[in-house]
Amino acid sequence: MTVNVQTLWRTVRRRRAAAEKSETAVGPRPQIVPVPEIAPNDPLVAYLQSAAGAVDVDRLDLDSPALRELKANSVKMVVPLVSQGELIGLLCLGPRLSQQEYSADDRNLLNNLATQATPAVRVAQLVRQQQREAQERERIEHELQVARLIQHTLLPKALPERAGWQLAAYYQPAREVGGDFYDFIELPDEKLGIVVGDVTDKGVPAALVMATTRSVMRAAAGRLDSPGEVLERVNEALCPDIPENMFVTCFFAVLDPATGSLRYANAGHDLPYRRHGDEAMELRATGMPLGLLPGMKYEEKETTLEPGDSLLMYSDGLVEAHDPGGDMFSFPRLRSLVGEYASGDSEELVDYLLTQLSQFTGPQWEQEDDITLVTIHCSTSHRSAWLADSDAPGDADVPRLLAEFELPSEPGNERIAMQKVHEAVAPLSLSEKVMDKLGTAVAEATMNAMEHGNKYQADKQVAVKVIGSDDAVTVRITDQGEPHIPEASDAPDLDAKLAGMQTPRGWGLFLIKNMVDEMNVINDETGHTIELIVNLKGDENVAV
Amino acid sequence: MSPFDAQVRREPDIVVIDLHGEINSFAEAALNAAYAEAEATNPPVILLNFSDVDYINSTGIALIVGLLARARAARRRLLACGLSDHYVEIFNITRLADFMTLFPDESSALTGALSEGTV
Repeated sequence: MTVNVQTLWRTVRRRRAAAEKSETAVGPRPQIVPVPEIAPNDPLVAYLQSAAGAVDVDRLDLDSPALRELKANSVKMVVPLVSQGELIGLLCLGPRLSQQEYSADDRNLLNNLATQATPAVRVAQLVRQQQREAQERERIEHELQVARLIQHTLLPKALPERAGWQLAAYYQPAREVGGDFYDFIELPDEKLGIVVGDVTDKGVPAALVMATTRSVMRAAAGRLDSPGEVLERVNEALCPDIPENMFVTCFFAVLDPATGSLRYANAGHDLPYRRHGDEAMELRATGMPLGLLPGMKYEEKETTLEPGDSLLMYSDGLVEAHDPGGDMFSFPRLRSLVGEYASGDSEELVDYLLTQLSQFTGPQWEQEDDITLVTIHCSTSHRSAWLADSDAPGDADVPRLLAEFELPSEPGNERIAMQKVHEAVAPLSLSEKVMDKLGTAVAEATMNAMEHGNKYQADKQVAVKVIGSDDAVTVRITDQGEPHIPEASDAPDLDAKLAGMQTPRGWGLFLIKNMVDEMNVINDETGHTIELIVNLKGDENVAV
Repeated sequence: MSPFDAQVRREPDIVVIDLHGEINSFAEAALNAAYAEAEATNPPVILLNFSDVDYINSTGIALIVGLLARARAARRRLLACGLSDHYVEIFNITRLADFMTLFPDESSALTGALSEGTV
């Protein structure tokens, strides 16, 4: 508790004009002396709070530093200003200019003055306090805006795309922005660097360290193959300049999408979970957080993400969230949720975890820390997609190229694409139902490529590649248009269309998504590709 | 490719449009003309007979949505028959089946329309 005492330090003049004239001619001149500081625990505070009115300083006998200072400054009389039992100010008076003692009238006058002045002083104090608080809030808000701007500027604007892989990322800053970050780094041979980190501290300092870490990490990952060496290099770069008591936890992995190989190292960050089957396993690798000590080595490990596997990287804002009873979300709960989550869809895993978090914390939860989630999922046919690109030789167990052709972008040519794909997959003995659905998906994807990609320019080709394996049929349909985000594949609003409020068109991607097991959109330097995947595991997909 | 064609038949209390070939962007003019001919006598029910249709793409779906919108605006009932299992599934997925009753063939459609009291 603090005692907010404003001390008014004045001499008092006699009110009678004649006397004033006489006294000022011979007595001391009015003066203002420094205001003493009165500590909250000074016994003088308690005394004055309960005093009935003006108090003779010389008659007080307290072990009080403030009282000693008052006496040293020749204060003779103090009048406490007390509001609602709290000492909010003090009128301090020196000796009368006439050198006489203060009279009863003087005391009454001073007490009346204190009664009048106290509410005014209190209001002034409150106004000033509110102004200070408003200024402080404005300063903090401005700082938060700067921190948010830095983070949003540096976080990836789009997810990288790799055939046969799904990536998803979620980042939600707390109100008091923390230091979470994630990054994707394009590496040679289509490899992908994945970074998830957390800077201690919050606000602008954390954002600046995050920006530095990201830059150094990108530079090191571009030069070094080994994730462990990359973290070692980043640690050496951060150590000399990182502010005291700050450090960075960071998980860094390099994914080879062709093989599923994942090499990783960890600088004290929360352990990622690899979901394999119905089990979630921690990916362990030891290493100190970045920026603490120079000369650190980082253990490097490697695993292979197999078709159907998912990987979850996250920040402590998730596991350290609390429910209304004060229990933490916790690592075991997260691990259990990842393991029991049945669908392999990367984005859906993020949504699933956020739903679980919301149910855990309840609706009134105020987010305590940044929450970051990054997931990657290896689709069941990722090898198909990659081996198709490399034209691997045919083998019963290895995906093989069944057909490859091009079509000019002319209306009606989607029927030719359907026909050719049907011919190509005939040896796989697909059921009639699957053949029909695949045909519709191929036709719609080809129409999409001709219309939206190639703008129905006949000299622009649509390339079709059909890959088959024991596990899946993959059809990749590529146009020569600019990379673009396809129209939404959510269910069109038929009611609105029937009411004339929407165009009756817009069914293409919706149909495709409902005809195949997996649809991926890939934008790269060769054009815009829609990848269609039909799994062959279910008995119903293969003709008996 | 099977070029699209449509004929209009008038049965007692119901008009049937027999559709042939592929329903895609090329079918738009002929389909709309056939529908205009069918509704000229202001029948309470129009039956689209898909038994000779072997391909419907998303543009074709949009054309059918357009016919359905016209029928609903005129408080006319639109029925469908003769769709293959694949296109029945598509009519279900797109929810077209929520707004137009599907029958396996023309005779069941005529019977069904009568029993439902729509004629």
